Amino acid sequence: MSWNDKRLETLVGVMLRTGVLLAAAVVLTGGVLYVVQSHGARADYAHFQPEPAQYATLKGAATGFTTLQPRSIIMLGLLILIATPVARVGMCVIGFLMERDRLYVAVSSAVLLILLYSLFFHR
Amino acid sequence: MSELWFVVVIFTCSLAGGLLGALGGLGGGIVIVPVLTIFFHVDIHYAIGASLVSVIATSSGAAAAYVREGFSNIRVGMFLEIATTLGALVGAWLTTRAPAQAIAIIFGLVLLYSAYATLKTQHEVFTEQPDKLALRLRLQGSFPTSSGEQSYVAQRVPLGFGIMGLAGMLSGLLGLGAGAVKVIAMDQAMRLPFKVSTTTSNFMIGVTAAAGAGLYLRAGYLAPGLVMPVMLGVLAGSLIGSRLLVRVHVKTLKRVFAVLVLAMGVEMIFKGVTGS
Repeated sequence: MSWNDKRLETLVGVMLRTGVLLAAAVVLTGGVLYVVQSHGARADYAHFQPEPAQYATLKGAATGFTTLQPRSIIMLGLLILIATPVARVGMCVIGFLMERDRLYVAVSSAVLLILLYSLFFHR
Repeated sequence: MSELWFVVVIFTCSLAGGLLGALGGLGGGIVIVPVLTIFFHVDIHYAIGASLVSVIATSSGAAAAYVREGFSNIRVGMFLEIATTLGALVGAWLTTRAPAQAIAIIFGLVLLYSAYATLKTQHEVFTEQPDKLALRLRLQGSFPTSSGEQSYVAQRVPLGFGIMGLAGMLSGLLGLGAGAVKVIAMDQAMRLPFKVSTTTSNFMIGVTAAAGAGLYLRAGYLAPGLVMPVMLGVLAGSLIGSRLLVRVHVKTLKRVFAVLVLAMGVEMIFKGVTGS
């Protein structure tokens, strides 16, 4: 089967769905543990206190995951979710390469670079 | 309110928001942010953090269903994502600096105009006329109708690209998918068919939101206990909504869309003026 836009879109659709369902499963697992382990009054969201940085990194989320900390498991799921559209753009770069469409290899690479910049370097 | 009850209520509200979001080509954030801040007194930072994450879930979750229907256009989406991701970078940068009230008022005014413009043009205005720039960028396609394949070519590409930059900025600034503005860029500026615009917008929302999500994560906007029920609820709602989309009449869709945009605009201006 040759590469065309329809095939690429189908692959992208399947990949996005897989990513989001995986993320949702991880978040749900963390969520169930979170509710089960909660005591008394709920957390206060009325006053903004930046969430601790330990959850904002892959390493932090992974460490919490191995020790079954509900909040870390949820954050790992969120990191998977945020990574999914980035992976989608990466797949489009490969797809347009297979189609030998130089213009859209350049276009999708530009989008990928902007995304990577925003995730790792942007302040 | 106990933790369990809070999670259940937030999940239910998010489910309704996700359903409406999928049907109108909007992110669920439009409903979620006002509900969280007004009814649950959640700080705006947490609200837009939860909203932006749920917007990624909405977009990604519905994608497979949209692809099957054959309306979305991967090239149109990818090309315009250059504008939305750059815009999101600017928006996320601005969100820590610009006065939020002024931005809310401007955003609200833009949305009121959009609602008016959507209701005014009830007919499909797409054309097959060749547009030089659009053809060079291969911004064309076709979609299935009851009377066979209908082809289209994008018009006024620079205008659409510019509006997309603005959409990206609003996404990064307010934690929304800004799907409403994306649809306007494609449907009205670029004269693309409405269903092509809404489904392609859905694809673009996730990528645009991901560009803002990194900053939100580092700024500590993502509270796990709040994001969890919002994200799961919006996702469930959007999956149901995407199944209903093909059965909904375009005119009905446009009216629902216009009412939502109108309500959103009034809400934004009210919040901006009163400073609440």
